[in-house]
Amino acid sequence: MTTHYLVLSALLFAIGGVGVLVRRNAIVVFMCVELMLNACNLAFVTFARQNGSLDGQVIAFFVMIVAAAEVVIGLAIIVTIFRTRRSASVDDASLLKH
Amino acid sequence: MGESITFWVLAVVSVTAALGLVFSRRAVYSALMLGVVMISLAVLYAVQDAPFLAVVQIIVYTGAVMMLFLFVLMLVGVDSSDSLVETIKGQRFWAIVAGIGFAVLLGLGIGNVLLTAPKGLAGVTAAGNVPSLAEQIFTRHVFAFEVTSALLITAALGAMVLAHRERTESKPTQKQLSRARFLAFGKTGKNPAPLPGPGTYARHNSIDMPALLPDGAVSPLSVNRIIARHEAIEGTIDPEIARILQEEALAEQQAADTRPTKPLDDELGDTEPLADTEPLVEEDAK
Amino acid sequence: MEPAEIASIAQHSGGAIGVAWLMIALPLVGAAVLLLGGRRTDKFGHLLGVLMAVASFVVGALVFVQLLGFAPGERRRGVTLFEFIPGLVDNVGLLVDPLSISFCLLITGVGSLIHIYSIGYMAHDPARRRFFAYLNLFVAAMLLLVLADNYLILFVGWEGVGLASYLLIGFWQHKPSAATAAKKAFIVNRVGDVGLLIAMFTIFATFHSLTFSGVLDRTGDASQGTLTAIGLLLLVGACGKSAQLPLQAWLLDAMEGPTPVSALIHAATMVTAGVYLIVRSGPIFEGTGTAQLVVTIVGVATLLAGAIIGTAKDDIKKALAGSTMSQIGYMVLAAGVGPAGYAFAIAHLITHGFFKANLFLGAGSVMHAMNDEVDMRKYGGLRTVMPITFATFLIGYLAIIGFPLLSGYFTKDGIIETAMEHSAVLGWLAVLGAGITGFYMSRLVFMTFFGKKRWDAKAHPHESPAVMTWPLILLSIGSIGLGAFLILGNRFMIFLSPAVGAPAHSPAFNPFSVPGLATLALVAVGAVFAWMRYGAAEVPATAPRGSFLTTFARRDLYGDALNEALFMRPGQWLTRLAVFFDNRGVDGLVNGLAAFIGGTSGRVRRIQTGFVRSYALSIFVGAAVLVGAWFVVGNL
Repeated sequence: MTTHYLVLSALLFAIGGVGVLVRRNAIVVFMCVELMLNACNLAFVTFARQNGSLDGQVIAFFVMIVAAAEVVIGLAIIVTIFRTRRSASVDDASLLKH
Repeated sequence: MGESITFWVLAVVSVTAALGLVFSRRAVYSALMLGVVMISLAVLYAVQDAPFLAVVQIIVYTGAVMMLFLFVLMLVGVDSSDSLVETIKGQRFWAIVAGIGFAVLLGLGIGNVLLTAPKGLAGVTAAGNVPSLAEQIFTRHVFAFEVTSALLITAALGAMVLAHRERTESKPTQKQLSRARFLAFGKTGKNPAPLPGPGTYARHNSIDMPALLPDGAVSPLSVNRIIARHEAIEGTIDPEIARILQEEALAEQQAADTRPTKPLDDELGDTEPLADTEPLVEEDAK
Repeated sequence: MEPAEIASIAQHSGGAIGVAWLMIALPLVGAAVLLLGGRRTDKFGHLLGVLMAVASFVVGALVFVQLLGFAPGERRRGVTLFEFIPGLVDNVGLLVDPLSISFCLLITGVGSLIHIYSIGYMAHDPARRRFFAYLNLFVAAMLLLVLADNYLILFVGWEGVGLASYLLIGFWQHKPSAATAAKKAFIVNRVGDVGLLIAMFTIFATFHSLTFSGVLDRTGDASQGTLTAIGLLLLVGACGKSAQLPLQAWLLDAMEGPTPVSALIHAATMVTAGVYLIVRSGPIFEGTGTAQLVVTIVGVATLLAGAIIGTAKDDIKKALAGSTMSQIGYMVLAAGVGPAGYAFAIAHLITHGFFKANLFLGAGSVMHAMNDEVDMRKYGGLRTVMPITFATFLIGYLAIIGFPLLSGYFTKDGIIETAMEHSAVLGWLAVLGAGITGFYMSRLVFMTFFGKKRWDAKAHPHESPAVMTWPLILLSIGSIGLGAFLILGNRFMIFLSPAVGAPAHSPAFNPFSVPGLATLALVAVGAVFAWMRYGAAEVPATAPRGSFLTTFARRDLYGDALNEALFMRPGQWLTRLAVFFDNRGVDGLVNGLAAFIGGTSGRVRRIQTGFVRSYALSIFVGAAVLVGAWFVVGNL
């Protein structure tokens, strides 16, 4: 059963990764990142049960905290960028190539 | 057996929702799909002896984080939809190849590892899941926990700093606004009076009904544009309103106003004057 | 007389010999004071220069007297000065022996007279002080060369002479011809120096020492081939300094310097250095017949070439320069013969020093009178207006052609006799050379002092001041009597033998030998021929076109053309090739590399699209590859 959970986790992670690469809307990209984090959490929780240790759950808990903080900052950045550039597309912020 | 059924159902649901998240054109749908994935995962957590995390997942993710997402979507434009045409050459192809490759490799890797039956958490959660977890967090991981508090405070401050905008000129007073309205009336003939409320002099006190002027004519100003659009699509629009809106659109085209018109919240629209044809909460407040 | 070995060197520290270094130091100090003192020394600069030269001569004379006080076998005295480069020379020291002291007296004696003469000759030159500084430097370097007791210090003096000659030949550097001539002399000398340097390397590699005592006493240790190599390399060095074929090209151009410089270079210093080197390294040459043969061939070839060049030159100084080449050729020929010829070589060198200085200074006096005109076709009939110059010049002339009982007669005859004993062919060629000498020197004298006046109306020839004529008179006294004094009774050979060894049987002077009489006859024929063409007959103001042979001689036997064709042109081609290689090859490589990197960077830069999704893709692909790698490695 553990294997199934892990494969599900890997699948969700890969889907999230593809989403990050494919989507241009910064908010959706962000959602995909959240998806990847969630997939990781699932793996942690699964391993916690597999190994009979609470460490996995503790780490998943911390991941959630960090993810919350990340969302706050990330969305604030998106709003700021949108305010100045009138766009939420990640492709528009390509000034680094110059 | 019960776990297996739960897993398979939720696995299918969550993968489908994840794919929907990635491939839906509208951001709002993506957000909802993400919510589905998160709730599914919360259930999976609960199934795997992690009730506390399941609850936290619901409260923090599905509650707070998702709301934050939706709120920002509202700010950015809720009805904006992405074009799914790829602009970077080869990006989509390679992304999908890499994603499938990654998933397959990881899945094969995991499948190859011979795992024994799970030990279960019964041994370490004799006092119950939440007290045991609390004991772990407040003993072994207490420093990390304290650091996360610093992280969260920093994040809150950072968000405030990023979202904060310095006002470079004093806020216009009501007197100045009123003067500007009448100057505009003198120049362009734009009605300085407040917009009529919906349903004024109408038989229906409903937001989708246009207001009637004292002479019985329909006031285009009272028509909510978004609802009018919906009605136009559904074909339920009042023909008179449709005519008025068409006339307006023609007039606008003739005015050759090339300025981009994006649906903007006042919080964001700092440079563009708001189209006065839209019903504004602000106007009512005045 | 017993065939004497070279005496061993006795260390010495007392008396005049102990301070023999003063001979070098005095003119060196003079040069330093004059060069560093600048214009402050303008007023007395020439006097200081003369004083230093004369003082050096006095020290030399004292050393000579003290040396005569020792028994002949003890006349080689070493003076250790200081430690220097252990293993190479150990101690820097001076070697005072009959050979070096002979040179010292010639250099300082004739050098002093030239200094005195220069006071008058350079009186109107604004840079006279600098001129005397260079003269002093020249004398100091030459003394260092002959007094050194090892090849290393000899080389220092050797290079010093090269430097001083460069400075003096190019003294009027505002004239492009003078600057070019100076460069030419310097560069040709460098060619010789390379030979000397490699000779020194070989000597050190063979004998592990560079001191004369450490090398020349042990020549038996070395193989025949090594000795031949060393000898030939030393000969290259000697050819460079002594203007022997094939490195003779610089000597004629060196006439661009002021005339006293020509006198100094040709009579007392510089060109004699090569002869000194050969005689000093005698044991090396004696050990190898091949090298000796080459030396004699070079000597004979040069003496004929110089004489032929001398016949065609209208420039009085260049005619004399040709004669110098020729006379040095005699010396080299004698030096190549071995111990039998050393004494005659050095004796001829000394007498030549006197009469050639006499002739050059006389020529300078004539030029001084004729507004620096050097073309002999514009002289003529000067004997009446310049009686003293004429008289002294005549003595020098008679001495050089070997007029009986004058200096050149004894020494040159000795060389011819020795050469004849060594090889009849060389001897008769030397006799032929003497005959040509008789012709071209007579031509020179007849064109200058006899015949009709051909000078411009603007020229007002006059006798030179006393400061210039007295040196001439003193030199002509030497030109008259020195030869008889040195040769008769083998006086000089006996004096010199502790330094260079002596021949198995000492030659007796025979005035009526066949070669001697033949020489006299040929010289007489040459002189008469010259009288017929240039004394009695009219001399055209412009040179007639002449035959092919005349052109050949006028062009210095095409020596310059040969050098240009053999070395200059290939050198220029090589340079162009190198420039081409540098521009296309080296620069091309460097620029190409830079362009390649620049171009590649320009292309690689395009990977940086600026799209964050592209970067994310590369990260993701990297992660996938990592997982794949982990999978592969984990399954191994």
